[in-house]
Amino acid sequence: MKDLSYEAVMARQNEIIRQAVGLDYDQFEKADHTFDYEALMASVPYDLEEVCEILDKMHVGKTPLVYLDNITALARKVAPEGKGAKIYIKDEAANPSGSFKARRAALSVYEAKRLGYKGVIAATSGNYGAAVAAMAAKLGLKCIVVQECFDSRRVGQPEILEKQRKCEALGAEVIQLSVGPELFYETLKLLEETGYYNASLYTATAIAGVESLGYEIVQQGMEAFGRHPDYVIATNAGGGNLTGTARGLRKAGATETKVYAASVDLSGLHMASDHDFNRKSFTTGHTGFGIPFTVQPDRSDVPRNAARPLRYIDNYMTLKQGEVFFITESLAALEGMERGPAGNTSLAAAFALAQTLDQDQIIVVQETEYTGAGKHPMPQLSFARDNGIDIRLGDPEEEVPGKNIILPDHPSKIKARFWDMASLRKSALKRLVAAMDDKITADQAQYLQEELNCDLDFLGQALGELGKQLA
Amino acid sequence: MANQEPHRLYKAGDLVTIEQVSLPAGERAGSVPEDTAQTPLLLWVKGELQKDAYTGEEVEVKTEIGRLVTGRLTNHPVNYQHNFGEAVAELAEVRKLVKAVLWEEV
Repeated sequence: MKDLSYEAVMARQNEIIRQAVGLDYDQFEKADHTFDYEALMASVPYDLEEVCEILDKMHVGKTPLVYLDNITALARKVAPEGKGAKIYIKDEAANPSGSFKARRAALSVYEAKRLGYKGVIAATSGNYGAAVAAMAAKLGLKCIVVQECFDSRRVGQPEILEKQRKCEALGAEVIQLSVGPELFYETLKLLEETGYYNASLYTATAIAGVESLGYEIVQQGMEAFGRHPDYVIATNAGGGNLTGTARGLRKAGATETKVYAASVDLSGLHMASDHDFNRKSFTTGHTGFGIPFTVQPDRSDVPRNAARPLRYIDNYMTLKQGEVFFITESLAALEGMERGPAGNTSLAAAFALAQTLDQDQIIVVQETEYTGAGKHPMPQLSFARDNGIDIRLGDPEEEVPGKNIILPDHPSKIKARFWDMASLRKSALKRLVAAMDDKITADQAQYLQEELNCDLDFLGQALGELGKQLA
Repeated sequence: MANQEPHRLYKAGDLVTIEQVSLPAGERAGSVPEDTAQTPLLLWVKGELQKDAYTGEEVEVKTEIGRLVTGRLTNHPVNYQHNFGEAVAELAEVRKLVKAVLWEEV
């Protein structure tokens, strides 16, 4: 009988994960405390066209790219004269399981099958669970989804309860847990017990699947407006959505397209707190995941995270919860598209950004997600109200996460706010160089520039602040 | 909590929810905040009850994918109770507002 205490299981983590993803991550590590990210991505045995073919066989992708003419017109109504970029949206809710996550799951589950695993396990409270369940159903594999679901009073977020229902509808066994990061501990125990594949959100196969999204945006954009989009905005939490999309854009030739991240601002709420758990009205797409995963991607459930958003983010926008609910309602009222709120974080960002750009500019919002009971502005706001959160119309600038949700009383009050990219890069750098000598070699500098998406001057200055320097 | 639940008899074959204490309070990960550390990590899973049993007893269930799992039998519902919540007047206001601004209705 193996020791199943927290410490003992976590100590076996590397061996369990190695068995459960069929990949030795040590081969990507280098002696100078860097690692070869592109070699990790190249471990996926398919090029992008082959990935798209596999997804096509699984009925994933080829979702419509929709011009939001009325949302664009609304932005122009409230923008300065001549401003108001065109907003397009990739209707990812049309995927099986209702979100872009089908792309992230498809290739992983396909690989699990090819490698001979009998089942797959995913640790997620998000749309990814249903995506893995759907793909496992399609390929005849067993599926377990591990969710953080309830607080200690067994009160559950309606959004997560709906995701549980969907996983079960698609044939998965759902393990529900109370609040805490030990979700990973429970997942490791299950991987060890079952010998199933770890369908982690953060493997190279998961991210390679999402590259198809960037690729399709470029193809469909050429048909719809005859050029590459100027901006693509991705809702950011764990970073895989943005990373995969950005890589796909580049592979399809859209190297000049700017990639913006967008997250709901949940500053001040602790993500592992039992008390705070039900005081947030978004369970994903928020800064509580987005910021830590951007500055420290390797905090994930695989030794090296293939989702490395800081390599690709040009700017990082934050939105208030009230603004995202407002734009979700507007999408229904003006475009006739009823979609889930969390995925509309990037749409709220696009609405704000569009007002600062000329009318000939093009923004693509790269996802929508399905909606339903629990996963909709009405139940999410009702739940917040029941948990003592003040809901009102007003100025979203006054919103305080965990205390109130303020829906803008006019569309002009949805504002573009930008996180300081320099501070994000410096936080990431601090961790990346912790084990390196004070003299940073040329190879290390190259790696750091890629990880931070920065120039050599910035790197040199930021290293100086940490008491290190370029050799 | 358990002793407040009515003592109910479930039959073999019933779909039920079982509970496990995955990590007792005090044995949680070092990184969890204080309020969370004071609570156990609880786990719930649904499955087909293997033998007749009463609420609160240790039982074995067979899950959706055929795994046999043991835990304490609970009365937690196995159906779905999440819904569309209460009507939220502020959302209706938003719909009216954006239509008025775009279509210049008064």
